[in-house]
Amino acid sequence: MKLTTKLMAFSAIVSASSASAVELEVMHWWTSGGEAAAVGKFAEAWDASGNKWIDGAIAGGGDTARPIMVSRIIGGDPPAAFQFNHGRQAEELIEAGLLLDLTDVAEAEGWADIVNPPNLLDACTVDGRIYCAPVNIHSWQWMWLSNGAYEKAGLPVPTNWTEFSESAGALQDAGITPLAMGGQSWQQNGAFGVISVALAGTEAWLAVNRDKSVDAVMSDEYTRVFEAFGAARSLSEGLNVQDWNQATAAVINDTAGAQIMGDWAQGEFALAGEVAGEDYSCLPGLGEVGVLQTGGDAFYFPVVDDAEITAGQKELAALLLSPPVQVSFNSAKGSLPVRGDVDLTTVNECTQKGLDLLAAGATLPAGETLLSPDTVTQLNDLMTEFWNTPSMTAAEVQSAYADIIADAD
Amino acid sequence: MADSGTMTAAMTGPRGPKPKRAFNRTNIMIYGTLIVVALYYALPLYVMIVTSLKGLPEIQMGNIFAPPMEITFEPWVKAWAQACTGINCDGLSRGFWNSVRILIPSLIISVAVASVNGYALSMWKFKGSEVFFGILMIGAFIPYQIMLYPIVILLREAGLYGSLTGLVLVHVAFGMPINTLLFRNYFASIPEELFKAARVDGAGFWAIFFRIMLPMSLPIFVVSLIIQVTGIWNDFLFGVTYISSPDRYPMTVQLNNIVNSVQGVKEYNVNMAATLLTGLVPLVIYFASGKLFVRGIAAGAVKG
Amino acid sequence: MALSDASDVTAQVGQGTPARKPTRIFKNLSSKIASLPMVFTALVIFVGGTVWTIVYSFTSSGLLPRLKWVGLDQYERLWSSRKWMVSIENLAVYGICSLILTLVIGFTLAALLDRKVRGEGMLRTIFLYPFALSFIVTGLVWQWILNPQLGLQNVVRGMGWESFAFDPMNNSKIVMFGLLIAGLWQGTGLIMCIMLAGLRGIDEDIWKAARVDGIGTVKTYIRVIIPMMRPVFVTSLVLIGSGIVKLYDLVVAQTSGGPGISSQVPAMYVMTSMFGGQNLGQGFAASTMMLVTVVIILVPWAILEFGGKKRG
Repeated sequence: MKLTTKLMAFSAIVSASSASAVELEVMHWWTSGGEAAAVGKFAEAWDASGNKWIDGAIAGGGDTARPIMVSRIIGGDPPAAFQFNHGRQAEELIEAGLLLDLTDVAEAEGWADIVNPPNLLDACTVDGRIYCAPVNIHSWQWMWLSNGAYEKAGLPVPTNWTEFSESAGALQDAGITPLAMGGQSWQQNGAFGVISVALAGTEAWLAVNRDKSVDAVMSDEYTRVFEAFGAARSLSEGLNVQDWNQATAAVINDTAGAQIMGDWAQGEFALAGEVAGEDYSCLPGLGEVGVLQTGGDAFYFPVVDDAEITAGQKELAALLLSPPVQVSFNSAKGSLPVRGDVDLTTVNECTQKGLDLLAAGATLPAGETLLSPDTVTQLNDLMTEFWNTPSMTAAEVQSAYADIIADAD
Repeated sequence: MADSGTMTAAMTGPRGPKPKRAFNRTNIMIYGTLIVVALYYALPLYVMIVTSLKGLPEIQMGNIFAPPMEITFEPWVKAWAQACTGINCDGLSRGFWNSVRILIPSLIISVAVASVNGYALSMWKFKGSEVFFGILMIGAFIPYQIMLYPIVILLREAGLYGSLTGLVLVHVAFGMPINTLLFRNYFASIPEELFKAARVDGAGFWAIFFRIMLPMSLPIFVVSLIIQVTGIWNDFLFGVTYISSPDRYPMTVQLNNIVNSVQGVKEYNVNMAATLLTGLVPLVIYFASGKLFVRGIAAGAVKG
Repeated sequence: MALSDASDVTAQVGQGTPARKPTRIFKNLSSKIASLPMVFTALVIFVGGTVWTIVYSFTSSGLLPRLKWVGLDQYERLWSSRKWMVSIENLAVYGICSLILTLVIGFTLAALLDRKVRGEGMLRTIFLYPFALSFIVTGLVWQWILNPQLGLQNVVRGMGWESFAFDPMNNSKIVMFGLLIAGLWQGTGLIMCIMLAGLRGIDEDIWKAARVDGIGTVKTYIRVIIPMMRPVFVTSLVLIGSGIVKLYDLVVAQTSGGPGISSQVPAMYVMTSMFGGQNLGQGFAASTMMLVTVVIILVPWAILEFGGKKRG
């Protein structure tokens, strides 16, 4: 430990005298092929600026990585930067004064003008100060349909949820599972969120998720959502998979008709060599309400004593949002850039639909920026129980849902 | 310790009545049961091995029991040397020596401390020793994830957060309950006459421990070694939480990154190869330690 | 060398005077010094950490531990949570089955291996190897094997038994038994090893005496050997018991608590609350309840087992 400190002090002196290169340790949970390639773009850009990127990748998503990041902060030896989903996850760290205020960087770079949709920056803002750098947009609002499966069943590919529900019986007759659904709770609750925006509309959705209105949960609009979700339970029978990408695989090989999953699923289609519009179709907002929830990832920068590292952190924050880095990163990751003024290198039909909605401003904040992780976990549990218990009625679940929303902060 | 071990091994063979014929009914039953049970244990291993030797398209065809149509060692090479952990694409090999550096001191210290604890608790009880032991036993039931943050705070206050020393101490502490119990109960079964005789002979705490107890307890040292090697080698959470620099992360961090990515394609064959590769170190220990699994040392010593 | 020393000692003393127990404080000084690491670990890590956990279970700590008192709120919420009730039920079912089966299988395997079996080393390693493998991937393999389309059910049907149905992973009534199959696979090897070490510590003469008395092999095991191996069984019980209480990785890897919440277990409830829901207080409340249960079960037994002065 002492030796390392000395070595670090030594290298700091050396680097200070040369080109003031800063070594920054960055923790994140992007480890799969495409994700790692995307992080590589950040690292390349950072190294090219004469600094050094030390990669701290921890796979397993936020639940695995978050306690490790928090431990590092509590232990007084934090990484220079780390990834969280932007939303309310980092709230407490900000309140405790553990994260670096990036407001000056944001002002110098004009983030307020370039970040689109603006609610991304709102999710980074606490008391008017900005604490994180959003890097990409992922949205949940997608249904992926297998053109091959519909061809086999001799049906046209549906263009909205209603048509999809009507076609389900014919698909089942053809031996195809209409709706592929993975067994993990976040997938089921995620799909519920998508259906609720599509069937109850944005206003009712905001009333529930932003305003925590119990009346909205018990409203007729939402009753329809719970009933539709309950009816959809029988549509996934016959396909038992855990991971979301196993469910996507069923859509790819035409054994399932459709899957409700975020835009990251498109990476799986691309890897399988499928072409949007030819082999598969996509329906943003289930074809009912053309709107995207804009979630995604952001980087946070813990407060450190070292002025040089602080300067480096701010430099990195600015770099992450710079146009070339935004393009190269998001092209590799399959997500959308956080600024509206750049063009992605390759855009397929589905990505274009997403970009059009962004440009038109048809966006909603992501559920995780409105609800605390605690509430999300409770909803995950409820919805997975609903999905897997045929005897649970929509009305029962609706009132349980209302209880959770009533307790939410 | 070593020479007495081999000596005893030579002195005493396996126990039980001598088998009369090779193919009597008892033998057929014994071997039959063992083989059937061995199949149950080996089935998942078989699936893992054949999967690790297949290409991804073949795996997606979905027959998990079929032997590979075309054997490929690509997944093994990839798991060891090419799989990416974030931006570093050098597979498991990256963390191997870090894991060894963590394993060796943690192993030696934890087994040494636990054996001394067990010895003191069974032969040299003092006032309150049972209370501390009771606390350790309850400690065995605490899920270690709950202790994550309190230990971060302790290590920070001790100035050890982020260092190898801190991590080794954590492994020693969490290995202590089970291993102390293991040694305590083993020493408790050693004939009392031996201990009393040595006391009369003037031997003290350490003399009895090193000259009498240690040589008699090889099998239990093997069990303790097995538990600790497995636990420490496979540890992911402590290694990644209490070591604060990615350069010194243990190999399990790479293993986790290979097998546990949430979004993105799952390379099942590489996952299997990486898991089997990581399991090789404990496997070697299991196999090598078999020689130390000797019988009747205690009995031999008493008979003299 | 040590052996001959020991036998010298025995020879010298013979049946002579019993040694006096070293009871005085200064006489036992070495033992106390040697126990310092244990005392420190017990007090600072286990007592300290537990007290810390209990204290924070009365707070509304979320992502960070913070002393914002909320009284018993976390406990009220815990006991009104259906997931927690399901978790406890599941743990009871899994725990009882796992405890009995692990002991029976572990001991039987050890006894069989101890009967001069050829290839003991090989078999022992096969039984033990599952213990060495990370659960993230072995959970996946069991998922495959128990998957009706990929695994056993498919193979058995392929062999001609068309109506064979075995789908524990997707049937919430029997999903815990699907976990049990994998849990036994992973855990019995170590118990076998401990039993084997215990069997190897038993005097050859016992067997000779039993044979002279005309007691059969199985009877000898049940009447003579098992009572003699009491300490080994105690060790195994604690080891299995702690594994059951801490059951977590296996569930995550194999079922993620599903289908629905039907294979949730308490440790998973704790982990999901702490790290997924960012509600440390709730996780600490759940773990405090787990600990209280363990203490209620363990303490009376520990007083019986260890409290009595059996030897000095």
